[in-house]
Amino acid sequence: MATVLDSKVPSGPLGEKWEKHKFESKLVNPANRRKFSVIVVGTGLAGASAAASLGDMGYKVKAFCFQDSPRRAHSIAAQGGINAAKNYRNDGDSVHRLFYDTIKGGDYRAREANVHRLAEVSVNIIDQCVAQGVPFAREYGGLLDNRSFGGAQVSRTFYARGQTGQQLLLGAYSALSRQIHLNNVEMHTRTEMLDLVVVDGRARGIITRNLVTGAVERHSADAVLLCTGGYGNVFFLSTNAQGCNVTATWRAHRRGAFFANPCYTQIHPTCIPVHGEDQSKLTLMSESLRNDGRVWVPKAKGDKRRAEDIPEAERDYFLERKYPAFGNLVPRDIASRNAKEVCDEGRGVGEGQAVYLDFAASIARVGENVIRDRYGNLFDMYAKITAENPYKTPMQIYPAVHYTMGGLWVDYNLQSTIPGLFVLGEANFSDHGANRLGASALMQGLADGYFVAPYTIGNYLGGTKLDPVATNAPEFGAVENDVNERVNKLLSVKGNKTPLAFHKELGKIMWNDCGMARSKDGLESALKRIPELREEFWNSINVTGEAGEFNQQLERAGRVADFLEFGELFAKDALVREESCGGHFRTEHQTEEGEAKRDDDNFAHVAAYEWTGKSGAQTRNVEQLIFENVKLTQRSYK
Amino acid sequence: MATLNGTSNGHGKMLSLTLQIWRQKNSKTKGRMEEYKIKGVSTEMSFLEMLDMLNEQLIKEGKDPVAFDHDCREGICGMCGAMVNGYAHGPDEATTLCQTHMRSFSDGDTITIEPWRAKAFPVIKDLAVDRTSFERIIQSGGYISVGTGGTPDANAIPIPKEAADRAMDAAQCIGCGACVAACPNASAMLFTSAKISHLANLPQGQVERHFRAANMIRAMDELGFGNCTNHGECEAVCPKEIKMENIALMNREYFGAMM
Repeated sequence: MATVLDSKVPSGPLGEKWEKHKFESKLVNPANRRKFSVIVVGTGLAGASAAASLGDMGYKVKAFCFQDSPRRAHSIAAQGGINAAKNYRNDGDSVHRLFYDTIKGGDYRAREANVHRLAEVSVNIIDQCVAQGVPFAREYGGLLDNRSFGGAQVSRTFYARGQTGQQLLLGAYSALSRQIHLNNVEMHTRTEMLDLVVVDGRARGIITRNLVTGAVERHSADAVLLCTGGYGNVFFLSTNAQGCNVTATWRAHRRGAFFANPCYTQIHPTCIPVHGEDQSKLTLMSESLRNDGRVWVPKAKGDKRRAEDIPEAERDYFLERKYPAFGNLVPRDIASRNAKEVCDEGRGVGEGQAVYLDFAASIARVGENVIRDRYGNLFDMYAKITAENPYKTPMQIYPAVHYTMGGLWVDYNLQSTIPGLFVLGEANFSDHGANRLGASALMQGLADGYFVAPYTIGNYLGGTKLDPVATNAPEFGAVENDVNERVNKLLSVKGNKTPLAFHKELGKIMWNDCGMARSKDGLESALKRIPELREEFWNSINVTGEAGEFNQQLERAGRVADFLEFGELFAKDALVREESCGGHFRTEHQTEEGEAKRDDDNFAHVAAYEWTGKSGAQTRNVEQLIFENVKLTQRSYK
Repeated sequence: MATLNGTSNGHGKMLSLTLQIWRQKNSKTKGRMEEYKIKGVSTEMSFLEMLDMLNEQLIKEGKDPVAFDHDCREGICGMCGAMVNGYAHGPDEATTLCQTHMRSFSDGDTITIEPWRAKAFPVIKDLAVDRTSFERIIQSGGYISVGTGGTPDANAIPIPKEAADRAMDAAQCIGCGACVAACPNASAMLFTSAKISHLANLPQGQVERHFRAANMIRAMDELGFGNCTNHGECEAVCPKEIKMENIALMNREYFGAMM
C-alpha cells in the first residue's frame, strides 16, 4: 500500500506562503526553550548554523560530528560561491528570478514552495554572514563583489576568493563555538551516529560510537536533526571528503524515514581527471572558472598535438557552439554530458578522458594578475596535483560525482516521515530537483539551518505533547544492541578482503552502470551485482583491530556496508524513472539532439522509498509535484 | 591494477621506498619507530594515497594498519598532517600533507613520518593527535557575538578592499596545527593571531577586539602552548602562508586590551 505523502505546503500565493506559515506556526516561549533538547548530527553549513541558531534561541542542543572539529565538515571545500537574490548588480535579479532559475535548473523536479522560500531567505544569509565577519570579496568602493555561475544570466554569486565554503563554514563554526562557550551547545567531536531511536513513533534519540574509545553511547532528545550531507561516496571516487557517508540517513531510512529520489546525482563537469587505480578522490575545479575559461577539444579525432600547437580553426568550443546563449555557463548536467560525448567520440585530450579548460583568451584580455586574483588558489591547487602550469597550458578537466540531490524525504517543515526527525542541507531531497545549480548548495545549507529549521522546529516542539524520554527506555537498549551486534559482526568475519577493496568495487559498478548515462541493461546488471557484492562483503570482509579502540578500518567497513544496501536502492530508482531529467540521464530517453527528455505526464513526481524490512524491497511512494507558478518547458540554454 | 609502462596509470615513475613510521597504540602506551618497505609507488600518487597503499599491504601481512587523520584530501579541511622527514606537512612549501605528491620523492628514499609533537596535542594513535585545544582557543573568543537574524544589510558598511583582503589572508587558516608542531616552543601564536587578525581587520570586529585578544591569549596560555621567540618555523611550514605579521598585530591588540 502506497502511503500518501503530505508535503504540508501552506495555502495562499507563492510569495506569501512562508510569511503566513511563520505567523501560523506555534512558538515556544523563550523561558520554556531550555526545557527542550535537540540533537544535531553533522556540523557542516546546515548543522553548524542550525546548532548555533537553536542554541542562541535557548534550546538545549547536543551537536555531533565524526571529525575532530566542527570546522572540518565537507562544506569547507566548496569553492565558487553562494547565490543570493540581492540584485546589487542592478541586472534584473529578484527573488522570483532566483526561484525560477532554480526550478528550471532542477529540470522541474523540485517543490515550488520550498524553492521560493529558499530564494526569499537567500538575502538574509548574506547579511548574516557579513555580520559574522565573513570576508567576502569586495570592490574598491568597499561594497560586495559578485560573479556569475552556470544556469543564470545575472551576477548573483557572492564569493570569498576560491574558498567561499571555507569562509561560510568558519562563520557558522564561530557562531557555534560561541554557543559552546556559553554552554548552550554540548559538542561531541570524533563521534559518529550509528542509529536512530524511535519511541512511540517519534524520533527521540540516537546511538553513537565514540571514535577514539569505541564506546557506544545513548543520547535522547525532543527532536533530532540530521545534517549529514550527501552520499556521493557510493561511487567511491567523488569530490566528497573521505569520511562522507550515507550511514546516518540510511539508518534513519531503516527506522522509517522515506528516502527520496536516490538516483539524482550531480556529476560536476570541471574536475581534475582520474590518474590511476590507487586514486582516492577527485578534486573539483570550481565552476566559477567557466566565467573566464573556454571549454574545447580538437575538431579531429585522435589529435595528439599539444594544446598550444592546435590552431584556432581546428578547435571545437563545443559548449559555445551548441549553446550560444549560455555558452560555457550552461548548467552542470549539460556541461558534463557534452564533455562525455566528445570524449566518447574519440576527441578527448590527455589520456582520452579529458577536455580543455583554456584561460588564454581571458589572460590576453584582462592580464594574468587579474586571473590570479580571481582564481589563484585554484590554479595553485591544479598545479600541485598535476605538476602543470594552468597560466601557460590549458587545464584538463573531466566530470566527476560531486553532489547528490536525493536524500531523505521532508515536508515543507523539513520534517521527515518520522515525526521529530528533521533533515537539513544536502541530506534532504528538497530544493534542487534533478540538478543543482552552482553556488546553491551553500545557500540551501545555511537557509535551512539559520532561517527555516529554527521556525519549523519551534512549531513542532510548541505544538506537540512530548512525554519525557530517558536513555534507559527499552527502545534505547534495543537499538544499542543492534549497533553492537553489527559492529561485532563486522569484526568477526575475518575474511580476506579489505573495506577499501569492497568500496572500490562498488564504486566501479556505480560509475559504469549508474553514472552519467544510464541504460536499462546497465541498471539491471547493477541490480544483480550489488546484492552479490554485499553477500561477498558479509562473507569475506576483513576488519582489523578491535571495537574498543580508535579503528579507522571499522569506521570505513560500517559505511561501506550501508553503501552496499543504498547502492541497490539507487539503481532501482534509476531503473524505474523511465525518463531523463537533470542529472538523471537514461540513454533510452533523449531528444534527437541528445538532450534529456522528460516525461512530465508520468514522472513529474518525487519518488520516496519506504523500508519494508529487506534491502531492495522498498515500496515506492509518490509525491506529485504541482506547478502553479512556472510552466513546464523543455529546458533550453541555446 | 593496470601496469602499462610499468606504472599504475600509464604515466609517472615508480618508486621503492623505506618508511620509518611512529607507531603508538593509544595515548597511554609508549610509541616507537617502525620500518616498512613499500614498492610500486607511482609519482602521481598523493602522500596519503601512498599511506593507503601501505595500509592495504599491512592488512594483507596481518599487521595493524597505520592510523592517520585525513578527510577532504584537497588541502582545505585541515584534518591531515604529520612530520615528514622533520618538516610539518612534508617537503613542499605551502602544501598540506594530502596535497603533497610522491613526485617530491626519489626512488630508494627513506621517509620518516611522525605525528605532530606538542604537549597540547596528545597522540590518539600512531599519527592521529588530539587538537581539542584549538577548539578551546576559538571558543574563548574567536568570533563576533551576533545571534541569528536582525543583522543590517550586507552593503550597509563599506569595507575597503585592502582591509577585506587582509582579513581574508588571515582567515584562510585551516587549523591544521602545523605551526604548533614546527615551533620549538610548541606555540599556538600563529593560529591564534590569524583569527584575531581576521576579525581585527574588519569594522564588525572592532567592538569586541580587546575582549577577544585578552581571552584568546589567556586560553592559549592555559592550554599549555608555549610562547613565541621569533623562530619563524610556523610561517615556513604553514600550508596557507599565514604571515607572522599577524603575531605582531595580536600583540598590539593584547597591549591595547591590557591598557
